[in-house]
Amino acid sequence: MADAAKYPKPATNPETAHFWEQTAKGKLMFKRCTACGEAHYFPRSICPFCFSDKTVWEESSGEGEIYTFSLMRKSASGPYAIGYVTLKEGPSLLTNFVDCDREKLKIGQKVKVVFKPTDGAPLPFFTPV
Amino acid sequence: MTIKGKAYIVGIYEHPTRHAPDKSTAQLHAEIAKGAIEDAGLTKADIDGYFCAGDAPGGVMAMVDYLGLKVRHFDSTDTGGCSYLVHLGHAAEAIAAGKCSIALVTLAGKPRTGPMPPRASGAEADFEAAYGATTHNIYGMCALRHMHEFGTTSEQLAWIKVAASHHAQYNPHAMLPDVVTVEDVLNSPMIADPLHRMDCCVVTDGGGGFIVTSEAIAKTLKKPLVRMIGHGEALKGPRGGQKLDLTYSAGVWSGPRAFEEAGVTPKDIKYASIYDSFTITVLMQLEDLGFCKKGEGGKFVADGNLISGVGKLPFNTDGGGLCSNHPVNRGGMTKILEAVRQLRGEAHPKVQVPNCDLAVAHGTGGLLGVRHAASTCILERV
Repeated sequence: MADAAKYPKPATNPETAHFWEQTAKGKLMFKRCTACGEAHYFPRSICPFCFSDKTVWEESSGEGEIYTFSLMRKSASGPYAIGYVTLKEGPSLLTNFVDCDREKLKIGQKVKVVFKPTDGAPLPFFTPV
Repeated sequence: MTIKGKAYIVGIYEHPTRHAPDKSTAQLHAEIAKGAIEDAGLTKADIDGYFCAGDAPGGVMAMVDYLGLKVRHFDSTDTGGCSYLVHLGHAAEAIAAGKCSIALVTLAGKPRTGPMPPRASGAEADFEAAYGATTHNIYGMCALRHMHEFGTTSEQLAWIKVAASHHAQYNPHAMLPDVVTVEDVLNSPMIADPLHRMDCCVVTDGGGGFIVTSEAIAKTLKKPLVRMIGHGEALKGPRGGQKLDLTYSAGVWSGPRAFEEAGVTPKDIKYASIYDSFTITVLMQLEDLGFCKKGEGGKFVADGNLISGVGKLPFNTDGGGLCSNHPVNRGGMTKILEAVRQLRGEAHPKVQVPNCDLAVAHGTGGLLGVRHAASTCILERV
């Protein structure tokens, strides 16, 4: 996934539209349930833990650390690094690590969110701090 | 209510092809159905239950029509590569409940000949699809985390491929029949760190199938009696990203359920068919099923411990997906077939486990580091 312009634009839907409106403003959102207090990603209207519908949007600091990753050596769009980031706020999410020397990535490394354009809403990626 | 001892596998067939540009996918299914029915000593008219997954063109309605079956029970559960291990459990349930008496399960396809249809996605699509998740890199992520937490090494993973290759040399249909060494694996090109090319399974055209029936019918047939005594199935995903842990799979739930129903423990198992999409898949499943403690899979698989006649737990004696066959990128089917061969005493003499009367066939499907299923089947020779 070397070229950001190649990223597919999110289809979006009524449940997730707010998330994508916020990425356009450079904000990474997640959902928190006000009934059980747990945070989750990707966002659902009903909490996947306690099944309450009292979920609210919260803005992430965009900071986290690498839980694990893999360097994809060959692909039609060139090599890329895929992995999971665990956000400061708790939830982990699947992403790519960009704008960095992929060979130097390490589990536990501090990373922060960056947004890359698509033909629609920007997508969140992460880069070493 | 239990399926223990209520369902018997009486017919098996593995298509010998590994490359089938001159056949249709439906045709492969039909050849496999015919092979399994003939192995059982039955006829097509005897089949009253049919099971297939996403590889079957048009699904269960189209396949039943194409094959000319008349069934009163069907199931098209699709959990990727372990679908057929799930089907075996569900067929046993249907037979125990009297919903059908003779069930046919088929798998076939041609990923070597043409492109595979895209993987179906769920509500997560917008949040994950752009990041290029493939089997290679998702399983690579699991392997890297396992190494990080437990000190597992590439050498240890390589032993799994080495063991599979020792078995594959005796399988005339194996796609990769050559014995390889740990060094060969480590020197093969890196595909998705830390997985090398030889940590990955083969891509093959082909497929397989089997027939499940009741005890009463099985005893009228000629094959050695092999029955189901336990089954478990489970699903695992990131679940909102909370407490993410890629070092274990849904096998930690499917395994104990199956062993409990069977009334046996991993120590009792004489032969293990373990889904080997990648070497790390095997290592994690051995831990999750309880053959060793979590984190000790690396030590367990090293030094030939999975080689028949050498180690303590002979696995995938057909050469597995790593060396023999991984039809349609779905390895669950061949796990059942080799387990039945072992229990029948029909495995190659060089890899046949002596007095093999208890086996496990286990697999995962989907993407181990994201959303996946697991199914564990405990099989016994009567």
